[in-house]
Amino acid sequence: MSELLTTPAPGGPVVEEERHPHEPFLRMDRIPHIWCSTCGLGTVLNCYITAIQRSSVPRADHTIVSGIGCTGRAAGYVKIDSFHTTHGRALPFATGLKLANPRLKVTVFSGDGDLVAIGGNHLIHAARRNMDMTVICVNNFNYAMTGGQFGPTTPEGAKLTTAPYGSYEHPFNIPFLVDSCGATYVARWTSLHVREMIETLVEALNHRGFSFVEVISPCPTVYARRNRLGTGLDLLKYYHDSAEVRHGADTRDVDISFKGRIIVGRFVQRCKPTYLDTMDAALGRSVGKEFVCYEGPMQASDGRS
Amino acid sequence: MKYWRRPLDADHCRSPHGIVHIIINRCKGCGFCINYCPKQVLEFSRHFNRKGYHPPVVVKPEACVDCGLCGAICPEFAIWSTPNPECILDEPAEAKPA
Repeated sequence: MSELLTTPAPGGPVVEEERHPHEPFLRMDRIPHIWCSTCGLGTVLNCYITAIQRSSVPRADHTIVSGIGCTGRAAGYVKIDSFHTTHGRALPFATGLKLANPRLKVTVFSGDGDLVAIGGNHLIHAARRNMDMTVICVNNFNYAMTGGQFGPTTPEGAKLTTAPYGSYEHPFNIPFLVDSCGATYVARWTSLHVREMIETLVEALNHRGFSFVEVISPCPTVYARRNRLGTGLDLLKYYHDSAEVRHGADTRDVDISFKGRIIVGRFVQRCKPTYLDTMDAALGRSVGKEFVCYEGPMQASDGRS
Repeated sequence: MKYWRRPLDADHCRSPHGIVHIIINRCKGCGFCINYCPKQVLEFSRHFNRKGYHPPVVVKPEACVDCGLCGAICPEFAIWSTPNPECILDEPAEAKPA
């Protein structure tokens, strides 16, 4: 055993000193992150960092806001302007950020428990107003950080700490929820579909309006263990077998059942005036010729255009 | 690399070759890169890293085509590939005659 621990692994260019190409975008004093082995959250963060590099928005204009939970840790790991808000309030904070400085590209990176459960009200209203922001909702079907309580996205029949005989509630179909509230870009992938996820995130970041990307991610420590689904790797194999790519699918049909098939793809992409567009148009009609389009309080106060 | 037919651009394109870089002590041994590498370049090491996980080890360095999937799927930012400009392995695509 001691020989295994001390001798270096043979073969291959195993390099210790080199730096990962994403390290300029990471707060390396916080890495390694706290996420469990075989959790999918690191993969989603990895894809997000690739996407912000490929998007047309400059790095200085990217901001990330997240709420509470395992996924909420993401804002603390990314080396761009970031804020870790209180539980469920990532979207209102991001709305305020966008209104304070409309040039920013605001991304909300949070989990299902934060965005859909306690922050559900904020989610539907941000989608209704078509706030110009990107929401990445990592769905692992439970409240993982607090020990695996069931939530509004838990599929019927899944066992969790507070549903030891299986959840009997109807879960949310999140793409349908945000689509019916007025979101203008809705997509879903799993954490296995890395290339598609990167492409979709770039599209979502370049999209003008409320763009929503749901990512199904394995939770090996709580959800998979309570339901005897194996490790995160086994869940990736399940995604591989049961995910069905259907672009433009009717969001009413994309609900997820326990161990059932997962329909992924880009479901909705449409153009609609954003909140600031409608506000400028309405106030412009009321005020008349003297109206100056809203550029945020900072620009207005110091007099620069 | 084996092709089922001769690629149309075989006279001027060659398949790329990559070098895999691994930070062994950052790895948490999830095995995503090992399982989803399209060329089966990686395997679990017999050795433990500092955290007590088995990191991946490159067993077929010549097979890597620098697709970047290991780098994209790694949750720990512990593995990535870079293009290797010097070594071009394949003779341009000699497929079986039809």
